[in-house]
Amino acid sequence: MFDTLTDRLGDIFGRLKSKGRLSESQINDVLDEVRIALLEADVNLEVAKDFQENVLSRCLEAEIHKALNPAQQVIKSVNEELISILGGESLTISFAEKPPTIVLLAGLQGVGKTTNAVKLAKWFKSQGRNPLLVGADLQRPAAVEQLRTLAETINVPVFSQNDDPVAVASQGIEQARQTGRDVVICDTAGRLTIDEKMMQEIREISDAIEPHYTFLVVDAMTGQDAVNIAESFHNQLSLDAMILTKLDGDARGGAALSAKSVVGKPIAFASVGENIDDFEQFHPDRLASRILGMGDVLTLIEKAEDAFDEEETKRATQKLISGQFTLEDFLDQMQQLKKMGPLENIVGMMPDLPPGADPSDVDESRLVRMEAIITSMTSEERNSPAIIDGSRRSRIAKGSGTSVQEVSLLLKQFKEIKRMMKGSVKPRKKNKRKGSNKRKKSKPSSRVKQKSQLDDLDSGTTGEFDLSEFGTFSN
Amino acid sequence: MGPDFWKEAEEILIQADVGVKTSTSLIAELKDQSKKQKLTSSQELVTSLKENLKKVLSASERDLNAKGNPAVWIFVGVNGVGKTTSIGKLAFWQKSLGTQVVMAAGDTFRAAAAEQLEKWAEECNSILIRGGEGADPSSVIFDAIQHAHSASIPLVLADTAGRLHTKTNLMEELSKIERVASKGSGTVTEILLTLDATTGQNGLEQAKKFAAAVDVTGIILTKLDGSSRGGIIFAIQEEIGIPVKFVGIGESSQDLIQFDPDDFVEALFDFQLEN
Repeated sequence: MFDTLTDRLGDIFGRLKSKGRLSESQINDVLDEVRIALLEADVNLEVAKDFQENVLSRCLEAEIHKALNPAQQVIKSVNEELISILGGESLTISFAEKPPTIVLLAGLQGVGKTTNAVKLAKWFKSQGRNPLLVGADLQRPAAVEQLRTLAETINVPVFSQNDDPVAVASQGIEQARQTGRDVVICDTAGRLTIDEKMMQEIREISDAIEPHYTFLVVDAMTGQDAVNIAESFHNQLSLDAMILTKLDGDARGGAALSAKSVVGKPIAFASVGENIDDFEQFHPDRLASRILGMGDVLTLIEKAEDAFDEEETKRATQKLISGQFTLEDFLDQMQQLKKMGPLENIVGMMPDLPPGADPSDVDESRLVRMEAIITSMTSEERNSPAIIDGSRRSRIAKGSGTSVQEVSLLLKQFKEIKRMMKGSVKPRKKNKRKGSNKRKKSKPSSRVKQKSQLDDLDSGTTGEFDLSEFGTFSN
Repeated sequence: MGPDFWKEAEEILIQADVGVKTSTSLIAELKDQSKKQKLTSSQELVTSLKENLKKVLSASERDLNAKGNPAVWIFVGVNGVGKTTSIGKLAFWQKSLGTQVVMAAGDTFRAAAAEQLEKWAEECNSILIRGGEGADPSSVIFDAIQHAHSASIPLVLADTAGRLHTKTNLMEELSKIERVASKGSGTVTEILLTLDATTGQNGLEQAKKFAAAVDVTGIILTKLDGSSRGGIIFAIQEEIGIPVKFVGIGESSQDLIQFDPDDFVEALFDFQLEN
């Protein structure tokens, strides 16, 4: 069984031949793997299924991206959809006209409510407010002591008393009014959603204090049940936002997607450690790639987008068309290609492979040799290859560890390509080169229509050229 | 059986946090069985599946080792899982059996952690050994062991601070705690990993990393009175061979029971089928 989405997708990428748009069933092949990744990341099963359906629609409508292979485009759509669900509207706290602004924290046992109550207090302080912490967790031994100890370190007062939680909460608000505290953060006991009595209690607390903001505190390592938990609390309390805790661990955090899907309210904060300072704004894009567990595939997509920068490609193609394309430009293109990693991996990413070209047949060594040859040329030679006479060819061959024949072949091929690409000259079907006995077997049918870029640039260009002239992909 | 049956069966497992990999292999095993044994009704299949699950959980011995002068049980786990509460419950349980315990407030990091354990100690009339704030947890636990030894108290229950298994330095600290405790006059006979039943697949990672740092002998599965089913314990048993020894089913002193694979599996299905 594959451990990562990257591994599983690697298999799919290999199987899917780029042929323009992917069919619905092919998209679903990719999405099936994504769904498994989501499940392994603890996204609730039903949420994962819904997600798959929604992304499918998005994929079917999406524009074909020039630099990406359709399978990777699916992943890009998945990532975008995830970010969109996890992100969306962020929480803006508007403070009550008549203070205090009341914040209520709720959640299961052990998620980090007490610690985050103090973190929130610190955050409000940084916003210029005067918070009061209310210790309404009278259930757990020494919970109020914990709150007091932590609050002391940031100089925030704590109100609590030996009473029932509802009374404590109400008294706390009163205390805030009397002492001029403009924000109240009410910590409560952790509770199970199937504990009717406790759910009733938190409802009563909420009814009594009428919070302006109710936060659900969710542990990032929560499993499938996150959706039920979030739903229950939301039904009971009408949540305004969520705080996701213990993100400093390695839990993938799918619970956040589940909770967000069902509650529809923003994840306002991320708690990333036990210290009071370990509190930050939530970053949906970071969690998205964490949930997918595929940081490196996304990097590959980014690399592809960078390397095949549209503008760059347009420029290079324009040069080709106008006949100004030099060996220097060609070297540039090859080096951009190198930036993206091993060729077999990225050939799969090329938008339009010549039919019959099999990515696994790519002869990377040939490109490496070509690059070596060009690198051994002087700048002058690269820009004006016509000056490369016999003795220069010898030198270049020695410098690149190749042969004079290979150097000559490269120059011939390059010249031919330049000639073909210039203006609206149609490629010739027959090979008119002389002395090309070193030429590899050609596949006359391997024509590729390099649409889009060329069509954009010059309507007069047919845009057709025969890649086989350049040597084939196979040995 | 139609494909729907297999899909639904797998989904029941996945929704119980059993995990995709484990669920898939359990269903594959069941499909195999259904062919070999010619099982045709869904009832027969569910029964078989339950049997297979019970078998997985019965693989290891679940006895508790309390032999030592004193025996030392160390409680480990990530933050918020219920270590301290479980110690409180276990102390009550031991007391009901006539066994005295010494509690060690080995969580010297979290605010009021010792105070929390102290409340439990007061409730069941046990001795609590604690250090000052920020004290070295290894020394606190060592002291507790030595005290128990000299007072002839047979069992030490040692709390430790919750820690994420991804924090190397904290995991090293835990290894040190075990080493130092082993040098005391007692015997470390159980290291119990406390695991929250609401935890998803990360539970397996937790178990692996804790087991790598210390000699985990068993799991206490807490908060099973909630709606989560704790299905990750199957993968933990299969991949690491650590059995669940106790189950926490509430916050009060009586809410700790010994783990029973049959009950657990039946409850898992009852709950999932209901929902």
